Amino acid sequence: MSDYIIEVENLEKRFGKLVAVDKVSFSVKPGEIFGFLGPNGAGKTTTINILCTLLKPTSGKAVVSGFDVVRQQNQVRQQIGLVFQDPSLDDKLSGIQNLRFHAMVYNVPAPVREQRMEQVLRMVELWDRRNSQVETYSGGMKRRLELARGLLHYPRVLFLDEPTLGLDPQTRFRIWEYILELCRQEGTTIFLTTHYMDEAEKASRIAIIDKGKIVALDTPKKLKRIVGQDIISLKTEDNDKAAEEIKLRYQIEVTSDGSGLTFAVDNGEEFLPCFIKELSTKIVSVNLRRPSLDDVFLKLTGREIRDMESDDYKSIAHHGRFRRH
Amino acid sequence: MNHLRGVYAIWYRDILRFWHDKMRMTGSIIFPLIFLFIFGSGLSGSMGFLAPGVDFTQFIFPGIIGMTVLMNSFMSGVSVVWDREFGFLKEVLVAPISRTSVAVGKTLGSTTIAMLQGAIILLFAPIIGVSLSASTLLALIPLMLLLAVSMSSLGVLLATRIRSMQAFQVVMQMLMFPMIFLSGVFFPVEGLPAWMNVLVKINPATYGIAPIRQVMLGTTADSPLGISVLGHTMSLWDNVAVVAVFGIVMTFLAMWSFGHQE
Repeated sequence: MSDYIIEVENLEKRFGKLVAVDKVSFSVKPGEIFGFLGPNGAGKTTTINILCTLLKPTSGKAVVSGFDVVRQQNQVRQQIGLVFQDPSLDDKLSGIQNLRFHAMVYNVPAPVREQRMEQVLRMVELWDRRNSQVETYSGGMKRRLELARGLLHYPRVLFLDEPTLGLDPQTRFRIWEYILELCRQEGTTIFLTTHYMDEAEKASRIAIIDKGKIVALDTPKKLKRIVGQDIISLKTEDNDKAAEEIKLRYQIEVTSDGSGLTFAVDNGEEFLPCFIKELSTKIVSVNLRRPSLDDVFLKLTGREIRDMESDDYKSIAHHGRFRRH
Repeated sequence: MNHLRGVYAIWYRDILRFWHDKMRMTGSIIFPLIFLFIFGSGLSGSMGFLAPGVDFTQFIFPGIIGMTVLMNSFMSGVSVVWDREFGFLKEVLVAPISRTSVAVGKTLGSTTIAMLQGAIILLFAPIIGVSLSASTLLALIPLMLLLAVSMSSLGVLLATRIRSMQAFQVVMQMLMFPMIFLSGVFFPVEGLPAWMNVLVKINPATYGIAPIRQVMLGTTADSPLGISVLGHTMSLWDNVAVVAVFGIVMTFLAMWSFGHQE
């Protein structure tokens, strides 16, 4: 047995001539939030579909929770929970009936079933609406119900494929609260795909994926160091004096733009508290700007993550998913 | 155990869904009743008796029962297409239950729903002037069941290969309606033009409708309402055998096809 809960080796998926996933390898530790960041069509959903046994890989190997995704499908399925990009609820049934169906097929024993359903429904704040038909739910409520359903059978790994796509900021924030809570309480491993940068920031580690290949894999912090240093902008009561002091004390280049000063440091977050204490000139305002994952993606691939609705995307989306409306 | 659990869950969901969908429930009962009363009453006068003691309304009544069972089992089976369209199929396909049990559960769910609807139409027998004894009813149940299972399987089988709603519409119009109209629901199938005769005789539904009519009206196999194929008069058991073979083949094909879709 290995220390990893997901192990992927040289995974490849082709749809005809198109290579959707190109010999990808990575491993995920138990309890991690592992993020797949990339533009639409990069191969994120295809990878998830292989890991959750919906698609067979063309070649390579993937093991989830100790089970092979091709040869031990049922064991893998019992170990995982899923929240898909597109809704997968039965609209004609009520919220609780959807959960009951799920509990049945995942073999949640009857005595704990009702109690467990109440627990997850209360967590996503849908307990009061449990008997309403799902077709009366809003988009955010449906996603919350899917999240609750994904957790019902105590999965060891929860796959979230763009879990907050198309939701308003408030709902996104709430869904993330639930996810983080879950990680803390149950130690569930989370495998997440997203093309939202702020979401990827919440992951323990991120794989940046582009055109079916992983171009970088590290913690968000370390990934951002690829781009360069943090930028600090400063205004003081006496900018010239402060500039002298900084140059002398820290040996860094300071640029002045008339109204304020800017300089770059390696680790702004840790630098700033000491700096504020140590500087003798009185500070009026200070601003720390860190390179974003957008900058990282741009640096690694030469493109913005947003302007990627290419033809590749359409053909992969067509093959890699069931249907997208 | 694993298989049974899956079959039960899929069946349970189908019944629950049907129960919630009052529109569909009402519609599927109204539709055959419209045929029964409008066609029946409209044509009875001019058609006279089709067989001794059997007027047109009485003639089409067993056909309408058969049509109700056929149509609803087929449509419920094909509803897998809707599950795919609205995403629910994904939830089912990643669940730790076998694809075979999903196909079987779906077939049994559709069968149950179709039987319920058929039973509701049967309640109209006294109004039509068809008297049903307990033994007739007992004989009708397995005949309806056989038709329902076969048509559910056919529906599930087609659904595994249908990928778009357009294709779904085409299947409904090009397959289901001809299957109903060319099965002897609305007219006796002997003495038809040659081309129509061929279509009627290769239609499996024909052999599902005939025994229901025979049992319900108490007619014999060689009456004007019976069927003969290539000069052979089909007995009740001949008809049952045809539907049974068709049903078994469809069930296995549906199970296989469901397991081999991505």
